[in-house]
Amino acid sequence: MTDESLRVSIPPRAVSAKAVQQTARQHWMSVLARAGADEMTALMARLPPPPSYERLRGPEAGLIMVRGATGGSGAAFNLGEMTVTRCTVRIAEGRVGHATVAGRDARQAELAALLDAMLQDPARQAELQAAIIAPLALRQRASREATARRAAATRVEFFTMATMRTTE
Amino acid sequence: MSIELRGFADPVLESQACFRAVLNALARPGSLHRVGESLVPPVPLSCAAAAVLLTLVDGETTLFLPPAFFPARGWVSFHCGTVPLPRAADAGFVLDDRLPDLATLDAGSDESPDAAATVILQVAALGSGRRFCLSGPGLRVPVSLEVDGLPDDFASQWAANHALFPRGIDLLLCSGATLAALPRSVAVEA
Repeated sequence: MTDESLRVSIPPRAVSAKAVQQTARQHWMSVLARAGADEMTALMARLPPPPSYERLRGPEAGLIMVRGATGGSGAAFNLGEMTVTRCTVRIAEGRVGHATVAGRDARQAELAALLDAMLQDPARQAELQAAIIAPLALRQRASREATARRAAATRVEFFTMATMRTTE
Repeated sequence: MSIELRGFADPVLESQACFRAVLNALARPGSLHRVGESLVPPVPLSCAAAAVLLTLVDGETTLFLPPAFFPARGWVSFHCGTVPLPRAADAGFVLDDRLPDLATLDAGSDESPDAAATVILQVAALGSGRRFCLSGPGLRVPVSLEVDGLPDDFASQWAANHALFPRGIDLLLCSGATLAALPRSVAVEA
């Protein structure tokens, strides 16, 4: 699974309001799934305290099968199993938040689920987007780019193979 | 999808306890067991039926829900990780509050009688109502079971199911937080 495959892109054609909301939710869920529990706690400390909530399921760790497709469009195959932790919470006003995060950090899954529930509230959404999602997304992008630069520095170009392919 | 209500507070221990109760209920037909007392299931599910679903149904089993249980569909899908099937005949587990026609359900094959369907039937009461006499494996002497909510001709319907042995449907009776079971091996007389 590469970072590219998980990046959320907005299709250029006109989309319904529901689809826009869904894309926005996909974006924050993906950012929260990669954010550490400490990072989220630090950012949330600057905001008013979160509402009380009830755990509907989890946080519980388990295995999921990651599936892939060759070339992005080939037949699906099982790539391998991965440890994930999932959590679902319901905040006092009734909104339900879900999170599935890689690894075994129960606190991360619980915070991500709580933030997902809070972000669905239109009254809170803008503030949370600016105070939590935007800084997290920025940090994640910076670290992704730093990794990509380090990898690019050791890149080997197989000129011979490329030449052989073009001459065939 | 309504998932306002939680499942087991401690999924591992509570589902193991419920599984044990289901095994004991099947091993001693007609015995009554308490399950799911801590659950707050969605209407119209009873505590016992909800506990049995949480324990036995998962993404690798198949389930049929009749329209009467559609209000609980979201909860069942979420906590059991399964999407109910449109036809009872295809399902490994059939939940209902009225006895479905057992002949239309999957009774398994002689090579694989374990593939037969299990009916989780929500009845009005267990321990009161019409009295049935049970005999067969697991029962040294015949015992009686009182059920309120089975059809009048249940004994004859069950006789047809019992005659299929080793094939046949197993029946889990749930009422409130009480569970009893009628495995296909048990003979029932009215």
